[in-house]
Amino acid sequence: MSILVDRDSRVLVQGITGREGSFHTTQMVEYGTNIVAGVTPGGRGKSVAGAPVFDTVAEAMAETQPNVSIIFVPARFAPDAIYEAVDNDVPFVVCITEGIPVADMVPAYAHVRQRGSRLLGPNCPGLITPGQAKVGIMPGFIHTPGPVGVVSRSGTLTYEVVDALTRAGIGQSTAVGIGGDPVIGTSFIDVLGLFEADPETEAIVMIGEIGGSDEELAAQFIQEHVTKPVVGFIAGRTAPPGKRMGHAGAIISGGSGTAAEKMAALEAAGVRVVDRPSAVPGAIKDALHR
Amino acid sequence: MNLHEYQAAEIFSRHGIRTNAGKIATTPDEAEAIARDLGGIVVVKAQVHTGGRGKAGGVKLARTPEAAREAAETILGMDIRGHIVRKVLVAPGVDIAREFYLGVTLDRARRQNVIMASAEGGVEIEEVARERPERIIRALVDPMLGVHPWQARQIGFELGLDPDKISGFAAIVQRLYDTYIAEDATLTEINPLVLTGAGEWLALDAKMTIDDNALFRHPDLEAMRDLDEENATELDARHSGISFVKLEGDIGCIVNGAGLAMATMDAVKLHGGEPANFLDVGGGASADQVAKAFGLVTADPNVRAILINIFGGITRGDIVAQGIAEALDRVNVQVPIVVRLSGTNAEEGRKLLAENGLAATTSMDEAAAQAVQAARAA
Repeated sequence: MSILVDRDSRVLVQGITGREGSFHTTQMVEYGTNIVAGVTPGGRGKSVAGAPVFDTVAEAMAETQPNVSIIFVPARFAPDAIYEAVDNDVPFVVCITEGIPVADMVPAYAHVRQRGSRLLGPNCPGLITPGQAKVGIMPGFIHTPGPVGVVSRSGTLTYEVVDALTRAGIGQSTAVGIGGDPVIGTSFIDVLGLFEADPETEAIVMIGEIGGSDEELAAQFIQEHVTKPVVGFIAGRTAPPGKRMGHAGAIISGGSGTAAEKMAALEAAGVRVVDRPSAVPGAIKDALHR
Repeated sequence: MNLHEYQAAEIFSRHGIRTNAGKIATTPDEAEAIARDLGGIVVVKAQVHTGGRGKAGGVKLARTPEAAREAAETILGMDIRGHIVRKVLVAPGVDIAREFYLGVTLDRARRQNVIMASAEGGVEIEEVARERPERIIRALVDPMLGVHPWQARQIGFELGLDPDKISGFAAIVQRLYDTYIAEDATLTEINPLVLTGAGEWLALDAKMTIDDNALFRHPDLEAMRDLDEENATELDARHSGISFVKLEGDIGCIVNGAGLAMATMDAVKLHGGEPANFLDVGGGASADQVAKAFGLVTADPNVRAILINIFGGITRGDIVAQGIAEALDRVNVQVPIVVRLSGTNAEEGRKLLAENGLAATTSMDEAAAQAVQAARAA
């Protein structure tokens, strides 16, 4: 078991012929991911890393029945790619693209929910179930199968923690990057709930950062619904108030958003909060042996 | 991107919101001339990208043109929370009967836009949120349908408005939301929105923040950018797709990924040092981009050591190493460099660095400790 993706995942790549799309398709195939098709308007008949390319998601669905899509389309076209995926009933859409305007994501998020699909990201590294499927841009070789679920708002910081876990001999059930944008499809709470329900996940690592209130909401959720041990790390204790979290951001979160507040909320919910990524494996070992 | 009050007011007015029309002065002479033209009492207001102007003495009432000149003399050049005042807005004085707060922004947790209003106008809204959150009225906006007229009316009634003031207020709510959507704002705010003694609605202040990710479709707004208000290095960095924020410490940081960049700063602090900057070279960084990052960090005279922390995913270790080597050829770096390189193609990268006389470690803690030590020894 694992969450969201496994060896049965049939993956569609939207924007497969672009520079990032083709590079990462090759990487995903090398990892063993079952890439069944790609879509690039006007690209029909081509093939990337052995995967056939179609003009539309509808065609790719009809001919190859994917159940996951990963999007590598540039920011100004990415929302349309999300709509095309969910309107063609792709149940799970992973959007890697960085830089999508918030005004485009607010209605896109509402539409994805209305269609009953799940969106991961945007501005995220994707997710990986070690040894089974990599649907993202993370370096696959640092992961190893095991009992720890990892969920994070950051890309490279997740790699940092996963690498430390693997070096300490601790494998991962699934590692999920939820993305760093203000509007994201899947939140900490969603992933925590999935890990709690996954029999193969025995402990959870949660990596947050300053801004917004998703960590505080996650802390509340952990207190009420998560029985498995959770280890937390929050990046940005030395960060000054950011420009994008202006005046209005502060009012929404009611004065929350700093690392100190997030750490306090998690600790109050029984999460073991560590002060550096390299301390995660030790804390997880303690939790697993308790 | 932040806009000045006078710029936001111009945009609000274009969207049908009545604002307190004034003019911009950059000298006391100009302020006096504008006050003379307007006649009567005027307000002289500092134009800076920060709140708390009133408390800092950046807003003054002037009864005569001479008083307006004096007010401008005092305010121009003033430092408000680290922002130097270079422009003042000179606007007619207004007979205020009631003050309100009205704003539109994003509720991140709900992934929906939200209208916020309060009968406590004119004070800092963060203060109201902190101390009397029950005084703020909030209405979530349907992403597909926009603000319903009943929502705008309901906010008005909850604010305790007289029935004859409701439709005027509701129109402003609608227009402020329309402005927010049309201009790709992350905040549109009127504080205070006033009812004048004559019973008319007037936006006495205007505040607007634009989503940086959406500026590509608003060249007119991009042209409003005030270069005096922005750190030149930060702006320069953004043009290269690099996120850079200058800090006060002496250890320059070059990192890939925003989360890791923050964690690197934290690690420097944890090992007893102070980071000189936040720098994320971004995904898929080319050799040119890494070289550019080097230039940004070494331009800061406070930097006594440089810590490069790369975990290769989308950014490949060998490419980063190539960038570092190239940069060392181009930029004359006088301070010690500590490199940490892990992830995709990291081994090749470390080999390439070794050929260029740079030892790289695989541990972030070790690298942070070394950088702190190197800065102390320098």
